[in-house]
Order: sequence, then structure tokens, then C-alpha cells
Amino acid sequence: MVERTPFLNFFTHLILFAGFVFCVAPFAIVAIAASHNLKDVNDVPMSLLPGSDFWVNIKTAWVTADLGPKLLNSFIMAFGVAAGKVIISALTAFSLVYFRYPGRMLIFWLIFITLMLPLEVRIVPTYAVVANVLEPYQTILDLTGLSWLIEKVSGVRVSMSLGLLNSYSGLILPLVATATGTFLYRQFFLTVPDELTEAARMDGAGPLRFFIDVLLPLSRNNMAALGTIMFLWAWNQYLWPLLITTDQSHAMAVTELKQLIPNVGGAPEWHIAMAGTLIIMVPPMIVVVLMQRWFVRGLIATEK
Amino acid sequence: MEKRVTFSRSTIGILFAVPQLLLIFTFFYWPAGQAVYWSLTLQQPWGGGNIWVGLDNFRSILSNADYWNSITASLIFAAISTGLAMVIALVLAALTDRQLAGSWLYRVVLIWPYGIAAPALALAFRFILAPEAGFMAVVNRVWPGFWDPGLDGADAMASIIVAFSWKYVGYNFIFFLAAFQAIPRSLMEAAAMDGSGVLRRFWDIQFPLITPTIFFLLVINITESFQDSFGIVDIMTSGGPANATNLMVYKIYSDGFKGLDYSGAAAQSIILMVLIVALTIVQFRFIERRVHYR
Repeated sequence: MVERTPFLNFFTHLILFAGFVFCVAPFAIVAIAASHNLKDVNDVPMSLLPGSDFWVNIKTAWVTADLGPKLLNSFIMAFGVAAGKVIISALTAFSLVYFRYPGRMLIFWLIFITLMLPLEVRIVPTYAVVANVLEPYQTILDLTGLSWLIEKVSGVRVSMSLGLLNSYSGLILPLVATATGTFLYRQFFLTVPDELTEAARMDGAGPLRFFIDVLLPLSRNNMAALGTIMFLWAWNQYLWPLLITTDQSHAMAVTELKQLIPNVGGAPEWHIAMAGTLIIMVPPMIVVVLMQRWFVRGLIATEK
Repeated sequence: MEKRVTFSRSTIGILFAVPQLLLIFTFFYWPAGQAVYWSLTLQQPWGGGNIWVGLDNFRSILSNADYWNSITASLIFAAISTGLAMVIALVLAALTDRQLAGSWLYRVVLIWPYGIAAPALALAFRFILAPEAGFMAVVNRVWPGFWDPGLDGADAMASIIVAFSWKYVGYNFIFFLAAFQAIPRSLMEAAAMDGSGVLRRFWDIQFPLITPTIFFLLVINITESFQDSFGIVDIMTSGGPANATNLMVYKIYSDGFKGLDYSGAAAQSIILMVLIVALTIVQFRFIERRVHYR
């Protein structure tokens, strides 16, 4: 900085180091506890020197909570949400920025409002919709008298039903249905120079070609940032998967954590619980560390 | 801001928006409408559709002591955890922004906690703060019975606050640091030339310039404390002991899916929605003001 302040510098280092310890200590404690055996992990105070049972515990946790398929499910779901967001938000933002049609502002506000209400607060009715995704459309047909009309004309009774409980689409689609990414793309598209559009049109490119060959390559940075944020966000979802996946074959890694909590009265197997926690912490940590630049950028850009 | 050059084929334009519109209609507007409908009706216990009860659901919720207890717990949780997470992050960001040797390390590491799933960090903290093993057990050896989140409501509340704040320190840190770094260096250097010390520069230059970020984070932290707390509560305390940590979203979940009281849960959802929308509107007013600043 601009002046010499040795005392202040000393305190700065001291406080920052305390902050560093505060952030890293839980990670370290989890890793160390995961390396102890049953007796050592319950020692008071627990020894901070790593024990020797690390791989044994990891393996036990892996088998107890059946983490292999669960991690795979988490990956599928997180990738699905990230990919869905990246694609659908780009399409919508393109439509909102590059076209003039009646009702455009209405669509803009309809999407904007979804930013306000996160899934958690409307969880009960959303669950009912996922139990039968076609229910809204069925109700609309019934209420408008259309299903009566169809039945009269064709003799077919309309009753649509498609349950998405315990399926990947049921997990993924409701999480994609918010506006987070749309505005990120919109901000970016608005900064793309008009000359590019003019040049593309001069060369005879229609909207589709312009979108694929000019806009998408330009928004690569945005895609990386949005993809990273959405992957982490989806990986860390808890309440929604907990409700939707009653069947073990679609359970997520994060929701399995509950099975690792030591029971009251049972053996306090904290070493296994911590090993499981560690396994579940690692994939998002790798993403954060490797994609740090995009992560920070995505965080700041999506929230503004 | 609008584009000068656009495409004229509006049918194609609308088609691009259709997937998003279908999704938000099915999974957002319909459920939100459904919640309003349920909150105003009562499901018959033996089937046969819903009967209209007007505002009775809200009346019965609002006259329920458990619900007020849940609101109080949520507000206490929101206030303390937001305060803790923001003050710690602000101090760390201000000090990192002094750019002493090694500050890159803090810039990298302090963000990590935010990447962790709330339930995973909750389980980690459940161990760290467990009364019989882990680290609070040491304190319990010295003063027996001092700490027991399983029995004492205040201890349970303290543990979920610690876990939540730990995660959001990293989040707030990113935004504070970005805000500090957006302040022109020349401003700080000019102030230093005029003889102002580090603290004076902080209060008279940096702090006023980052107030928009502070308001923004205040709103985000409070709304997140309503939503993101679910995993932490479910893993660490399950709403107990004696409902001391039965926060609003957790109560919606347990009333709706364990108690199967859809109407009551829907009414609670509506109240929570109104609360969050009100907070968001406040936030937009501050964002408008931020545009004026520049």
C-alpha cells in the first residue's frame, strides 16, 4: 500500500491467518477424523495427528451408504441442471434481446418474477406437479371445456398423466425452471456490438445462423461461469432430491448423508460419518479449485 | 437498454422463448397458483375435493403458538447468522484488499466453504460441536453440562448459526472483495497523501463506497438464511430440541410432508413468499439507488 504501517501489517497478517484457520479447520478436522479408528475418534480431545485407518473408513462409508451409484446420480443431475440452464437461458435471452414482438416485455417480467421465489418456499405444490406433470394442462382443458369438446368429437376421453417422481427429469426440470442464467446472457448480449449483427445480416445470415455461429462462440466465458455455478448449486441441493427420490435407485449422494449420522445409543461411528462427508465434499471442492475464476465470475454476475 | 439492430421474424423469436416459458409455467406459476388455492381451501380427510374456507387456514396458523415460535426462531437465526457472516467477511475482505504479501492465498482459500453442500458441512459441524466427542467435549470436561445441543435449545440454535455463518463468510467475502477492488486506487492514494490513516480511509472512503454491496448482501443473506438453512437444520437438529430450531422452511416441510397438512403448509408457504418478495422489493430499491451513485 502507500505507507509503512508495521504494526497494522502485523495485525492484518494475524487476523487474516485466523480467518484462514477458521475456513480450513473444519476441512482438516473432517479429514483427520476420517483417518481414526472408533476409539481414537471419540477421544476427548481428539488427536490432531492423522490415524492410519483412512482408506478403511472411506471404504466402509462407501459401502454403508452405497455411495458409488449415489455419486453417479448426483453427477447426472448436476450436469443435467447445468446443461439445461446453459442452453435454455441462452435461447430465452436471444429471443428477448434480438427480436421485437408483441408481448416481449410481458415475457421478460414473467421470467423476472421467478427470481424472487426459490423452490424451497413453493415446495409442496411443486411436488404435486411433478407427481403428474401434465396435470396443469389437463386442468386447463377441463376448465375450458376443451376436453368435453374432444370427447364429443372424437370419442376419446382425455386424461393425461405422467409422473416424474423418482426420475432424472423430475429431479432436473424444476431446478432448471428459474431465471438465474437468462439475465446473465441478456446482460452479455446487450454488450455485443450491433455492427456484428449488421455484418451477419449483410452476409445473408438468418437469426438461427447468427445465434449459432456468432453469439454462442462469443458467450463461451458466460457459459463456463454459469455452468460452474449451476453445477455446484445442483450438486448441493438437498430438500428437493429428498422429496422426489423415495426410491433408492435415484437417491443423491448429499441426501445419503443422513444415513451416516451415528444413532443415539449405537456406537458413535464418527470416523465413518466423517469419511462419508469427505467423499461428498470432494467433487464440489475440485470444481471450486479448478474453476475458481469462473466460479467467482459466475457468482458475481448471476446475482447482480 | 435496447438493441438497435434486430431480426424481423418474430415467430422464430417467440419460438426461442417457448422452452423456458413452458418450464416456468409448469414448475413455477402453476405450483405458485396451486399454493394460493390450497391455502384458501381445506382438503377433505376422506377425499372428495377441497372445500372453500377463505382465510381460515391463515387464521389458524397465525393463532398457533408453534408457528410464532418458528417465526421467532427464523428471525433470530437470520439476524445473528447474517450479522456474523457479514462482519467477519467484511473485516477479512478489507484486510485482504490491503494487498500485503500472501494475500492471494486468502483470496483463494476463503471462498472454499461456499462450495460445500449445506448438509455436508452440517454433518461436519455436528461432529465438531458434538457434546460427547469432538471439540466441545473438551469444554464439557471442564464445565460438565455446559454444552449440549441435543437438550438445550440455545445450544442447538448456536450450532446451526455457526454452520451457516461458516458457509456464508466465503460468499460475502467474494462480493466485498470485488467491491473493494472496484474502488480506484488513486482515491486511496490521494487520501493517504493528505495524511489520513488506514482507519480513516476505511470509514470515509471505502465504507461509504461499498454500502450498496452491504445492502445487497444483507438481503441475499437473509433470504438465503430462510432457504439454505433446511439442510443444516435437518442434519444437525431436526428442528429440535422442543422446536427450538424449527425454522420456517423446515416447518413447511414437516407439516406438509410428515403431517400431510397441505393446506396449512401452503398457507405457511404463502406467508414466506410474501416475506421474501417484500425483501426482494427492498433490494431492488437499493439497486436503483446504486445506479444513481455512479
